[in-house]
Amino acid sequence: MSNPDASGILARPLAGGSYLTEGRPGLSGWLATHDHKRIALLYGVGITFFFLLGAVAAALIRLNLLTPAGSLMSAETYNKAFTFHGVVMVWFFLIPSIPATLGNFLLPLMIGARDVAFPRLNLFSWYLYVGGGLFTIGALLLGGVDTGWTFYTPFSTMFSNSHVILAVVGVFVVGFSSILTGLNFIVTVHTMRAPGMFWFRLPLFVWAMYATSLVMVLATPVLAMTLALIALERLFGIGIFDPALGGDPLLFQHFFWFYSHPAVYIMVLPAMGVTSELITCSVRRRIFGYKFMAWSMLAIAIIGFMVWGHHMFVSGQSMYAGIVFSILSFIVAVPSAIKVFNWVATLYKGDIDFRAPMIYALGFVGLFMLGGLTGLFLAATALDVNLTDTYFVVAHFHYIMVGGTVMAYLGGVHFWWPKITGRLYPEGPARFAALLMFFGFNMTFFPQYLLGYLGMPRRYHAYPEPYQWLNVLSSAGASLLAIAYLMPLCYLAWSLRQGRRAEANPWNATGLEWTVPSPPPTTNFALSPVVTEGPYEYRS
Amino acid sequence: MTPLRQASSVAPGIDALFDAMLALSAVVAAGVFVAMTVLCIRYRRGSAADRHGAGQHEFGIELAWTLIPFGLFVGLFAWSIGLWRRLQTPPSDAQTVYVVAKQWMWKTQHANGQREINALHVPLGEPIRLLMTSEDVIHSFYVPAFRVKQDVLPGRYTQLWFTATETGRFDLYCAEYCGSDHATMRGEVDVLPPAEYARWLRAHAVQSLASRGSQLFRQLGCSGCHGSQSSVHAPDLSALYGSTVALSDGSHVIADDRYLHDSIMLPAREVVAGYAPIMPSYQGHIDEEDVLALMAFLKSSDGGPSHEQP
Repeated sequence: MSNPDASGILARPLAGGSYLTEGRPGLSGWLATHDHKRIALLYGVGITFFFLLGAVAAALIRLNLLTPAGSLMSAETYNKAFTFHGVVMVWFFLIPSIPATLGNFLLPLMIGARDVAFPRLNLFSWYLYVGGGLFTIGALLLGGVDTGWTFYTPFSTMFSNSHVILAVVGVFVVGFSSILTGLNFIVTVHTMRAPGMFWFRLPLFVWAMYATSLVMVLATPVLAMTLALIALERLFGIGIFDPALGGDPLLFQHFFWFYSHPAVYIMVLPAMGVTSELITCSVRRRIFGYKFMAWSMLAIAIIGFMVWGHHMFVSGQSMYAGIVFSILSFIVAVPSAIKVFNWVATLYKGDIDFRAPMIYALGFVGLFMLGGLTGLFLAATALDVNLTDTYFVVAHFHYIMVGGTVMAYLGGVHFWWPKITGRLYPEGPARFAALLMFFGFNMTFFPQYLLGYLGMPRRYHAYPEPYQWLNVLSSAGASLLAIAYLMPLCYLAWSLRQGRRAEANPWNATGLEWTVPSPPPTTNFALSPVVTEGPYEYRS
Repeated sequence: MTPLRQASSVAPGIDALFDAMLALSAVVAAGVFVAMTVLCIRYRRGSAADRHGAGQHEFGIELAWTLIPFGLFVGLFAWSIGLWRRLQTPPSDAQTVYVVAKQWMWKTQHANGQREINALHVPLGEPIRLLMTSEDVIHSFYVPAFRVKQDVLPGRYTQLWFTATETGRFDLYCAEYCGSDHATMRGEVDVLPPAEYARWLRAHAVQSLASRGSQLFRQLGCSGCHGSQSSVHAPDLSALYGSTVALSDGSHVIADDRYLHDSIMLPAREVVAGYAPIMPSYQGHIDEEDVLALMAFLKSSDGGPSHEQP
């Protein structure tokens, strides 16, 4: 690598210590902090908490589906469990996961800035996240919501007897957290890059954050509007979606998917960014096709806005709308295919080590590819007719959003753990957890493709007996997956005190974040770095 | 589990596309996994492999794996669209059966008035068109063995067609989450040989849908205004179905199923030009099955209301 810090001045530990020890002591030093790194850790605590809550709901779902009669819980409770699982995992874990934690921590460091453009707004975003979370937990404690995370009308507005309004308010509020984070990142990337950090010298993780932020800022307001309309109809009986009041239920689906399809890219683009960093460092090579990688992320972000109707092929929209959304959905798969091929090509003539982050990254590529390929089946209207609203769809989006995004998130957490905490994670357990996760994930969700192909509808509390053995297999896989998810929680916590101390750049990686001490000082850079070359110059 | 049966005329074509995509995906996935494995082993740290000259012809390679997938995708799209148009276009000789979904049951009624709950009897080898609506929330009519599915919405009619190619009983599921008992909103489609189906219809013969509609037309007071000898100034409904109607706001509308439905349930929405908006709404007074019966009567070839004796 060419070292932007040849003199070593940036990497020298500062007298004042790190962002973890500097600043106001005690809880107020955290809850009132403007430091992007501390805010990233606040988010880290929040999303870990919600991930565990959502995982408990998932465990209940898988337990219930062990028997065809669904004897563990009543239908009402089951419906609330999968609704809670979806709402929490989508809005309180997946959407903020990588951007709010790794993004917040790394974006300023990677571009050579001292903080994000609006540090207070950043803290406010976290409070919005917590506020939205409280409404959602409130809805759970008062008895739950049974609409599914999609809030389809007129069920959600006129028929459900559960705490729809509280849940909707929770999601509405957390949506603003993501709008403001996106805004903050866009302005930061535009205005705060270090001298010499041109656009095409940005690490792909920064490109991923940028593309994600565009989607957050442009799509999330539509969600907010839609949720507000649900509240208007439910509270005041204003006919917007319910035909009995003169409304149109399909209008809701158009609004909802106009946000929620791009939201899939909010969840997976950051994972693509993380994977690109992990693979280049482990392979010690430039990424293959850097510009194609950057442009393909922007292409996904933009075309992703034009494919929402593929969620509605059997909804009653016109045949011609189906045709247009089908071809656009095939087209949006092209940039994803390019990315997979480029990651594989990056391995060519590399010098590959297989530390845990690399195993997570390879796992991401594999699972993302399987999720993407099955997405093509769903883009083909004639096949979607049979497969939509079955477990095939459930498997498909879990491959992308859980197999893909969670693998990449955890890979990133391991990779930057020494930078964030100043400690190294234990390599053996980390590799084992990554492999177990890959195996457990496939065992959980591959059977669900078969279930869907055989016609089992999703959101079924009880099901016909022939579907049982695949469900049992899936639940068994889920228990392995649960162990794999709990392992990092344990050994990473252990490493906080017992892990070996990390130097500034333990992986010998490129990237400005590795030029500062581990953990970094509050101000990140003592002097503004000057960038003289591209992001992955592992061999000059 | 037994392999999924192929029991409709469209199923083999859909399965052929599925199998082709499966084969293509398997080839791509296997290719990528093999390439990853080989490269990971060959270029593992410490191996003696030659590492000079990486990163050549980058642009050409990128172009190739942009354009080749694109070409394949367009091909798959074209293949799928042919099937899609077929799925979306019922044959003109299809026999219509009416479906009303409600939390949490399927109600079906045949033209001869035969009604069923969570069951649907159909003849083998004859195209059947389902005209469907919902009393409450969105449901979805799904028969896996036929490879057909269509959401069923309140306030509008959606349609679905199939030709069964195998006799027997096939699972019918609600595929759109509709509340507490969504999972038990299931039924059976029973495909009978045509002769047996005719026997079944005769054995359960009741008043035809159109004649029940005609009865409702009088009972509900429709004939009081719309009857041929009525003194109230109300639109004539004879030969209405399929005609073009001029509305009071100057626009025109084709009198299709939706129009007839809305004119009964939401009469203030589209008022016929030259008439006062005096018709009361029947929403909440009659259910969707009654509306379908009234519509069958209005559409019936024996004439519609003007031929009725008051």
